[in-house]
Amino acid sequence: MQWIPNILFAIILIAGIYYFVSNVKKLIRNIQLGKQVDRSDNTSERWKNMIKIALGQSKMVRRPVSGLLHIVVYLGFIIINVEVLEIILDGLLGTHRLFLPILGTSVYGFLIGTFEILAVLVFAAVVVFWIRRNVIEISRFLSKEMTSWPKNDGNNILYFEMVLMSLFLIMNASDVDLQEAGVGNVISQFIHPLFLNLSTETMHLVERIAWWLHIVGILIFLNYLYYSKHLHILLAFPNTFYANLKPKGYFPNNKTVTNEVKMMLDPNADPYATPDTATDAEPEKFGASDATDLSWVQLMNAYTCTECGRCTSVCPANQTGKELSPRAIMMKTRDRVEEIGKNIDQNKGVFEYDGKQLLGEDYITQEEIWACTTCNACVEECPVNIDPLSIIMEMRQYLVMEQSAAPQELNAMMTNVENNGAPWQYNQMDRLNWVEEE
Amino acid sequence: MLKVPVMADVFAQGKEPEYLFWVGSAGSFDDRAKKITRAFVKLLNKADVDFAVLGTEESSSGDAAKRAGNEFLFQMQAMTNIEVMNMYNVKKIVTACPHSYNTLKNEYPELGGKYQVIHHTQLLAELIKQGKLEVENIQLNQKTITFHDPCYLGRANKEYQAPRTILKSIGVNLIEMPRSKNNSFCCGAGGAQMFKEPEKGFMDVNVMRTKEALTLQPDVIATGCPFCNTMMTDGVKNEKQEEKVDVKDVAEILAEALKL
Repeated sequence: MQWIPNILFAIILIAGIYYFVSNVKKLIRNIQLGKQVDRSDNTSERWKNMIKIALGQSKMVRRPVSGLLHIVVYLGFIIINVEVLEIILDGLLGTHRLFLPILGTSVYGFLIGTFEILAVLVFAAVVVFWIRRNVIEISRFLSKEMTSWPKNDGNNILYFEMVLMSLFLIMNASDVDLQEAGVGNVISQFIHPLFLNLSTETMHLVERIAWWLHIVGILIFLNYLYYSKHLHILLAFPNTFYANLKPKGYFPNNKTVTNEVKMMLDPNADPYATPDTATDAEPEKFGASDATDLSWVQLMNAYTCTECGRCTSVCPANQTGKELSPRAIMMKTRDRVEEIGKNIDQNKGVFEYDGKQLLGEDYITQEEIWACTTCNACVEECPVNIDPLSIIMEMRQYLVMEQSAAPQELNAMMTNVENNGAPWQYNQMDRLNWVEEE
Repeated sequence: MLKVPVMADVFAQGKEPEYLFWVGSAGSFDDRAKKITRAFVKLLNKADVDFAVLGTEESSSGDAAKRAGNEFLFQMQAMTNIEVMNMYNVKKIVTACPHSYNTLKNEYPELGGKYQVIHHTQLLAELIKQGKLEVENIQLNQKTITFHDPCYLGRANKEYQAPRTILKSIGVNLIEMPRSKNNSFCCGAGGAQMFKEPEKGFMDVNVMRTKEALTLQPDVIATGCPFCNTMMTDGVKNEKQEEKVDVKDVAEILAEALKL
């Protein structure tokens, strides 16, 4: 009978990890729905970026208040989770504070003390985050894409963290052994008196309930990630690693177009040659109209986005009231790839046409795409190097090259470039007239 | 009188100039931008820089076409231009347009055009450093100037210092807008917006940026891009400040300081 809690614990732990792993598998499968793009170059620079930007949070502190608060939560999250290792071992082995005798009171006390202080700091930071979202009403949390689920999701995560930190402190405060040993209870000793009028059994029960809820809460949170914007805690690392390293002004040159243009400009090319169908079985679509036309890096970008809205708050189009919001571009891309993933799951591994596209009235509209000034402010601002601009550019390519659906003035501009080598209607032969004009 | 050697002539004499000055479509045709082109040539002449222009052999860089989504037209333009430039064995290119600068520097190499490309502010800063443009005795400290970073020079290619170095070298009172350098706010022209009406909103981007610059009460809003220049000039007019505030390219400010 005394083994029942251990077995129960093992079952809960395995179930939690099992669902998490299956979610991660689904996540990877969905990201791989994107097209191939080679990001295997410059590994040393990529590691450096990951260490500096994801691990070192270098871009977070561009906004000092939210940046520093985020660092507190981030460090707290990583360091306090060391304690989870002990909790898991205790749960499986039926021990209680297994590491105390192994590490000795001073080391163990130092660790638990650190965790307790961090737990308080995290709790405080999370409260400030909640106030920023719900009381101060900072404008980037009020955009129209931040209603319903995205708004609730943001708050859910904060509540989760508040509850987990509270449970951790209650668990310590109601732990008679820990309080009597007096090691590391730097914070919990002040909560302990609240439980003093309880009987020993009741206090023990409180400790057990807090312990169980804490670990079960962590497992629930782990499985909540896939359904929330909070995946960034995992994906920020690969996302910064695989981010674009070229200058931000470089927009990739389409290779298919290069081959075609070379053929056209080659005086020796056979004008009647048929395209080599053996190598180009399916004519490539120019640009992107659906999530699966994007690259896996762009799809990973979408899952990494934690909807902080820093991009949108610096977007010149958005800040002057246009429809475009770089954050919404990422959120819609994720929603669409999720929808495609579910479609594939429901149809035995094959996508069944659903009449929808990422570019269209269901998701991203043409009005959004044409409002972009390609200024790169969103890319510069993103704390984890997400690139919304690359998606916008691929959609413009699709609209122009597949649909001929550019705004009228742009068509005129392009016609001028084609006819007279300038975006305006001037004669090529007048290109040097400026020399004579004073 | 401007000295503007044309590549075909120079090449016919068996010479290869050090720089190709890429004038760009705006610099060649836009009335306001042509003044920038001439100011820059005055500086090149003054510093005795060995350069030539392509003249009627130059064609749109393709930047606007590419940013508008027309990859095909862009690559046609790029490859045609590359063919001309490679024929003249061009090694170094200088241009007063950050859009040409960006595409020539970053997007042309893959298409066969490998050159050392610099922005005119980078060359001018270098000429000042080498003493080829003598600015030692110039102190324009009564002039308050703020520099608006062009997106395609700044964020796109991380050049923030060169234009500021030039302005500091002539002693102007250089003040920064709340959003500058990598946090700079776009003028609204990039991504082919220059050639179309903006989408529906409550304000135009150039007006918002100009308002920001005007809070500093500058004498001059300095730019390094013909498109930014147009947008900021329109913004200043929109705010009815054109009597008080000038919008000038860094090259124009320097040429004036040198009384060219």
